[in-house]
Amino acid sequence: MPRTILPIGPYHPLQEEPEFFILTLEGETVVDIDLRIGYNHRGIEKLAERQAYDQITFVVERICGICSTSHPFAYTQAVEDLLSIEAPPRAQYIRTIVAEGERMHSHLLWLGLAGHFLGYNTIWMWCWKLREEILDVMEILSGNRNNYAMFKVGGVWRDIREEDIPVVMKKIDSIIPTLEKLHKAVMDDPVIHARTKGIGVLSKEAAIDYCTVGPTARASGVARDIRKDCPYGVYDQLEWNMIVTHNGDVFDKVAIRIGEMFESIKIIRTCLSQLPGGDIECLVKNIPPGEGIGHIEAPRGECFHYVRSDGTNRPVRHKIRAPTFMNLPTFKETVVGGAIPDAAIVLAAIDPCYCCTERISVRDTKGQTVYSGEDLIKLSQKKTEQIKADMGR
Amino acid sequence: MNREELLQHLQERFSDAIVGVYEKSAKRIYIQIQADSLVRFAQFLFKDIGARFNIASGVDGRTQMEILYHFTVEDIDLVISLRVILPKTQLEIASLTSVFTAAHWIEREIHELLGVNFVGHPQLTRLLLPEDWPEGVYPLRKDYKEWDPNAIRDRGV
Repeated sequence: MPRTILPIGPYHPLQEEPEFFILTLEGETVVDIDLRIGYNHRGIEKLAERQAYDQITFVVERICGICSTSHPFAYTQAVEDLLSIEAPPRAQYIRTIVAEGERMHSHLLWLGLAGHFLGYNTIWMWCWKLREEILDVMEILSGNRNNYAMFKVGGVWRDIREEDIPVVMKKIDSIIPTLEKLHKAVMDDPVIHARTKGIGVLSKEAAIDYCTVGPTARASGVARDIRKDCPYGVYDQLEWNMIVTHNGDVFDKVAIRIGEMFESIKIIRTCLSQLPGGDIECLVKNIPPGEGIGHIEAPRGECFHYVRSDGTNRPVRHKIRAPTFMNLPTFKETVVGGAIPDAAIVLAAIDPCYCCTERISVRDTKGQTVYSGEDLIKLSQKKTEQIKADMGR
Repeated sequence: MNREELLQHLQERFSDAIVGVYEKSAKRIYIQIQADSLVRFAQFLFKDIGARFNIASGVDGRTQMEILYHFTVEDIDLVISLRVILPKTQLEIASLTSVFTAAHWIEREIHELLGVNFVGHPQLTRLLLPEDWPEGVYPLRKDYKEWDPNAIRDRGV
């Protein structure tokens, strides 16, 4: 059978991480995938070597618009590890609240897009409407809807005002009924089951071999969560559950993210109700020579920072590892062997930058474009329509 | 196996390979090892202890290149960093791709950004740098000089 090459990417104005996938097809089956990254490499590790420690917090915040808490969180953990200090309790609570708010908005954004790829635009609209509420909460707490600028070495920049707490609580509570409705709609829908169960399976052995992190690993039965295993912030003082499933398919990845949103609500509510008083920062005068490691659980998995200091006001080395760096290579396991209408959702399932899929074009071997990016999403949506028709819905 | 037992076990098992142990804190240990013992050390941590490979960080010094291989042992909340020091004259080390697949990308990254050769890597091609980047120019090294007169990336901050 003749083979067809299908390039996905690399650029789209909306992407935060451009990637380039080259799929090789035989008929409708994907037989090989080649990944290329680096299209938007900004040299932040090199840039950090020329910034003062306080400035780096803002630089790393801008690595990703969606994880704009994870990187400063991991970075401040790394510098605090270097200094052998800990932020005061109130700052730890505020950090935890902001991190969980971010997890919720990130998961909702992903769930909405996953719904869109499957042809469920209602889910998309619902999720993004719900996400607005979270962004409002973040605006009340930090003054920003994104890039919260809350973190600093030794604490946080901004305190939570007492009068804001009831407002935030009310907003968080108002989310729960809609989220439950969404949960039922996704979990009980036979069409979603048909489209996502057994699709893009990542085995437990492969998840360990690729050293995957976050929901991608937990969906394959690897019960690892930095918040539980290597607690930071106040996660070890709170009651919450780690969500683990065992099938490793797209459905399990959806289920984990929905489950985690309920846990996030629980964490935010507890944190707000028992927010202790006191300082929100401790004084850091200078950074001695040494090295520090910080790792935290971002919405997509473990975010890892390593900082080396020589005693000046700039680090000698600052290594950043985002979770997607470990999760992306698993496409070699999950996409190969599957059908092309499933590729869009499988590629989206680890929550990389989904905007990539909007730049898909399919070419035959002579280089003539057959499908555009929108066509691939349409192909995915058509398959859902077909399943609906077959089920008589 | 708790932290003390693990550390003692490592020191007994790899007594010939360990150059120095630095216990930074209760959750962080740095172990400097001989470069030729890296693969069996990593194999023991990954396969026998069940540690997860976080990432490797290359650090460029004046006279030497350091590579740190970070592993997390989640059961006991411990990050073990294996430190390997390579002389600038011979930047070569065995690849860990035979131990776990996760080493593929980061070794390609260190190879192109810092110029370390990973012996035994199946596909040591570029990961991040563009195709028109000149050979032998390593942007993350301390002595890196901007080579492209039209570049806007290095005009000072």
